[in-house]
Amino acid sequence: MAATFFGEVVKAPCRAGTEDEEEEEEERTETPEDREVRRQLARKREVRLLQRQTKTSLEVSLLEKYPCSKFIIAIGNNAVAFLSSFVMNSGVWEEVGCAKLWNEWCRTTDTIHLSPTEAFCVFYHLKSNPSVFLCQCSCYIAEDQQYQWLEKVFGSCPRKNMQITILTCRHVTDYKTSESTGSLPSPFLKALKTQNFKDPLCCSLLEQPNIAHDLPAADVMKLDLITVEAFKPILSSRSLKGLVKNISQSTEMLKKLMTTNEIQSNIYT
Amino acid sequence: MFVPCGDSAPDLTGFTLLMPAVSVGNVGQLAIDLIISTLNMSKIGYFYTDCLVPMVGNNPYATAEENSTELSINAEVYSLPSRKLVALQLRSIFIKYKSKSFCEKLLSWVKNISCARVIVLSSSHSYHRNDLQLRSTPFRYLLTPSMQKSVQNKIKSLNWEEMEKSPHIPEIDDSELCIRIPGGGITKALYDESCSKEIQMAVLLKFVSEGDNIPDALGLVEYLNEWLQIIKPRLQSDDPTASSLPWKIPSSWRLLFGSGLPPALF
Repeated sequence: MAATFFGEVVKAPCRAGTEDEEEEEEERTETPEDREVRRQLARKREVRLLQRQTKTSLEVSLLEKYPCSKFIIAIGNNAVAFLSSFVMNSGVWEEVGCAKLWNEWCRTTDTIHLSPTEAFCVFYHLKSNPSVFLCQCSCYIAEDQQYQWLEKVFGSCPRKNMQITILTCRHVTDYKTSESTGSLPSPFLKALKTQNFKDPLCCSLLEQPNIAHDLPAADVMKLDLITVEAFKPILSSRSLKGLVKNISQSTEMLKKLMTTNEIQSNIYT
Repeated sequence: MFVPCGDSAPDLTGFTLLMPAVSVGNVGQLAIDLIISTLNMSKIGYFYTDCLVPMVGNNPYATAEENSTELSINAEVYSLPSRKLVALQLRSIFIKYKSKSFCEKLLSWVKNISCARVIVLSSSHSYHRNDLQLRSTPFRYLLTPSMQKSVQNKIKSLNWEEMEKSPHIPEIDDSELCIRIPGGGITKALYDESCSKEIQMAVLLKFVSEGDNIPDALGLVEYLNEWLQIIKPRLQSDDPTASSLPWKIPSSWRLLFGSGLPPALF
């Protein structure tokens, strides 16, 4: 509890997230109707992998169906724009599946079909080398859906000999440094890697106490050219080498993407 | 749920498991960080679980460039075989409605590994204290019946205060008395389950408020140390220039309250 300046006592939020007693209370007083509502909501929030061309859902995980040696995942508008302009533009990519999910931020309609405007999380493989996969994910995947998403894509068996690259963005204000974040030359790249990743990195490692969490939310970050171009050093890495051909053409493509996405502000007109 | 680092799971028979509850002020977690860091415990595995919010970062206990690049996630297990200690660290909060499932899976794992006892480090909202509690030490303990049999005498010799029972419904004076741990996260659930499953468990907690909880964490590990004697307290006379605190603060505790401030602010 905390007392405000005006003398009222309010419940201060607990950063340990212990709303446990309320949750326990809810479970104790739950009626069969409440349980049914909760079950239906859980079903609505299920992550499903669909194949849009055949209008069917995938019965097994994506990588159980298709062999994969390389997997590049873009999470968030800026990372997605980068891969669209620089990587997808340089080869022929075939769609192999699409993740369909519903949550408070990502309201797809509750049908087996996915309209083009609801295709927020699409999987592709390279036609010339089908074991190279790419995922463009521009929707928010909620906490309770992240594990499901992982299982639907990767399955439950660990896969060796597969290289995974994840591109995403975080706000510079989330970055902890002894200087003020305002003085940092942003945007900047940081990396996290597993011990098995032996290739040279194109940027420095993310230092403690900084962490990455969630399948990062895309909706809070506006698409902007400077942020997308900050991913460019990755083009020289082994994971993306050979997948990018014409950088100047890619840059043109990126500019087109920016103009299409610009929100026209007419507040002063 | 448990995934070992190497090819096979290490033998933890007879070990003491130390673990935090994600609770007010994150005191239990800070205390476990201090223990892992001070004893230089080695990682032996992690929990692959859908119950906690995912997170990843580099080694939070790094002491040099060489050991700073090991990835660390939300639920990891460390051990110190020479002292028969194993520590579980939890680094994120529970996903809604998943805490009960986690407790069940955790206690199932505890039974499988045949550890001797479990000690849960936790905390509770200080504003919930009654008058008597306000006037006494802020530390409390709880023992499951099977644990009581083995350590009651030792605990008695330490003159510790047992966690008091309070009315189930605070507003009603004659409502049933029970153990309540407001702000304690899964502490009560773990304790209740361990009582019914006859698991030897002790809960050590401190009454705290949210804020800079480092002193609370230090207090809690010192409280635990009175019993387990994990480390010998350094005597002042040993080295006058050394800090009187023998606990090693992990490198990841820097910038706990955010980045530096822009000079232009002043």
